[in-house]
Amino acid sequence: MTDTDETPAGVRADDTRGDGLDARLVVDRGSFRLDVALTAAPGDVVALLGPNGAGKTTALRALAGLVPLTGGRLRLDGTPLERTPPEARPVGVVFQDYLLFPHLSALDNVAFGPRCQGVGKAEARAQAAAWLERMGLADHAGTKPRRLSGGQAQRVALARALATRPRLLLLDEPLAALDARTRLEVRAQLRRHLAEFEAVAVLVTHDPLDAMVLADRLVVVEHGRVVQEGAPSDIARHPRTDYIAQLVGLNLYRGRAEGHTVRLESGPAVATTEDLSGPAFVAFPPGAVTLHRHRPTGSSARNLWRCEVAGLETHGDQIRADLTGELALAADLTTVAAAELGLHPGVEVWAAVKAAQTHAYPA
Amino acid sequence: MNEADRETRAVTLESGSRRGRALRGVPLPLLVPALVGLAFLLLPLLALLIRAPWRSLPEQLTSPEVWQALQLSLISATCATALSLVLGVPLAWLLARTRFPGRGLVRALVTLPLVLPPVVGGVALLLALGRNGVVGQWLDSWFGITLPFTTAGVVVAEAFVAMPFLVISVEGTLRAADPRYEEAATTLGASRFTAFRRVTLPLIAPGVAAGAVLAWARALGEFGATITFAGNFPGRTQTMPLAVYLALQNDPAAAIALSLVLLAVSIAVLAGLRDRWMTASS
Repeated sequence: MTDTDETPAGVRADDTRGDGLDARLVVDRGSFRLDVALTAAPGDVVALLGPNGAGKTTALRALAGLVPLTGGRLRLDGTPLERTPPEARPVGVVFQDYLLFPHLSALDNVAFGPRCQGVGKAEARAQAAAWLERMGLADHAGTKPRRLSGGQAQRVALARALATRPRLLLLDEPLAALDARTRLEVRAQLRRHLAEFEAVAVLVTHDPLDAMVLADRLVVVEHGRVVQEGAPSDIARHPRTDYIAQLVGLNLYRGRAEGHTVRLESGPAVATTEDLSGPAFVAFPPGAVTLHRHRPTGSSARNLWRCEVAGLETHGDQIRADLTGELALAADLTTVAAAELGLHPGVEVWAAVKAAQTHAYPA
Repeated sequence: MNEADRETRAVTLESGSRRGRALRGVPLPLLVPALVGLAFLLLPLLALLIRAPWRSLPEQLTSPEVWQALQLSLISATCATALSLVLGVPLAWLLARTRFPGRGLVRALVTLPLVLPPVVGGVALLLALGRNGVVGQWLDSWFGITLPFTTAGVVVAEAFVAMPFLVISVEGTLRAADPRYEEAATTLGASRFTAFRRVTLPLIAPGVAAGAVLAWARALGEFGATITFAGNFPGRTQTMPLAVYLALQNDPAAAIALSLVLLAVSIAVLAGLRDRWMTASS
């Protein structure tokens, strides 16, 4: 038990140096190097978001002590943990496939942690029962993990991790093992439980929706490095890499701004309403693009590029066209519009975007 | 054979018996040696049953010599299995879950008694643990413990031969078990030993049990190392296999009776392991 530095109820600790997580995780693994800085105050939910192989899970394992740090630091509530073995860290982990002990009932799975911390058998089981009750699983205390549904197993895993009263809760792809419908339900429950959790929670996911629903702050990791971090809404509006732009469904370009124009590295210029100068990003959603078979004459759009259709796919109730040419971009249009334009791969089109629908921000 | 062919074949053979369907198309150069091999393995056992002195069997089996040998065999094989479990399971864990320099060599050495002629094992045990052996002389002078030609010596000889079976079996089960359960246990505050005791051991219990049965059967049948290291004293070191061999010299009927007992035990072991190995091939 490490509830020594409990912050008073309702008061968020502003001094993050003493309270919460302060880490720089460096793990060298031959050709792969992870170097990620993470800080969080008690009560924060931080999502590590990134493509597969970006090093998110390695970062999580390093926090848990399952992978040794080759450098950096790890402090939790002011206590250095770099050399602390995993069993002595006040850290709870919800693994991707839960890893509930198959030979123990749900109750004994949850009681395992308290038992290891020296709590008596009866008391540990009472605590476990209370946790299961809180998770709405009182009826499944005696059930073996193989008889639990995916959503139930997820909650037992969460209860098991929380029962050790961790100061840092780690969740590895907490919803990845669930089917789509269960996912929706469990995501809402998990959000509630994470909101109630008083210490730091770090979750790893490759799903932007999970990250944005569950976390207060996103840390985007690519190739072992942090490429962007901030509030979900900020990241969704101002993506800084192609990966994030794709996740949030934006066309993203990097260039140099001169007044209301951003000249892209690849050549063409994009007119915007923002007035900037210097290195800048410019982004616009695929829905802002209109396509024409012939050069439009009466269009008010200030951005016009000659492109070629590279591919088409259905995207919800719309058609997404991948275009190459003067500017590579994605455009969304209705099925009717796509049919009227006679779009198919190889067709030449004009892509128009109004300046008001682009968004430029400093790089 | 393509998918459609297979389908028509299956349809035309539908009327045939199950066995006929399975055996049809087996090439003769494979079928003949296979059947000869089967007969070769079964004939001796059949002969044992045919020539068994069924009428005098009750009398033979109730003789005190037989009981003595059987009792000694069961006790020493069980003790040898217990010793193998206590030492062999941790050894298997070490081989499966840790990395240390020379691990491959250690594994090879562990399996050596599997291929070593048991007599050589007995000689080696004498040189190590005999009264003048490398370690045995200290056991004798410090603790007054003498292993050769005692029942404890039988246990030691049997364990030496049987333990590798257990180690190999348990190590295989450990390698197949997901090590991440141990990780999950450590994140819950369990030391590595607690994780092993409370999570890993229950998970690999079936493999440990199978390995123990295998080791027990091997210990029960152990002959060479036992007779070399522990001798052949009725009531003290004369186990069933030794008694069978001795009986064959002067009372073949008794030898057959004793053999039948061992055969029955072997069949019982096989039946016990049925779920694990017999069905693996079907």
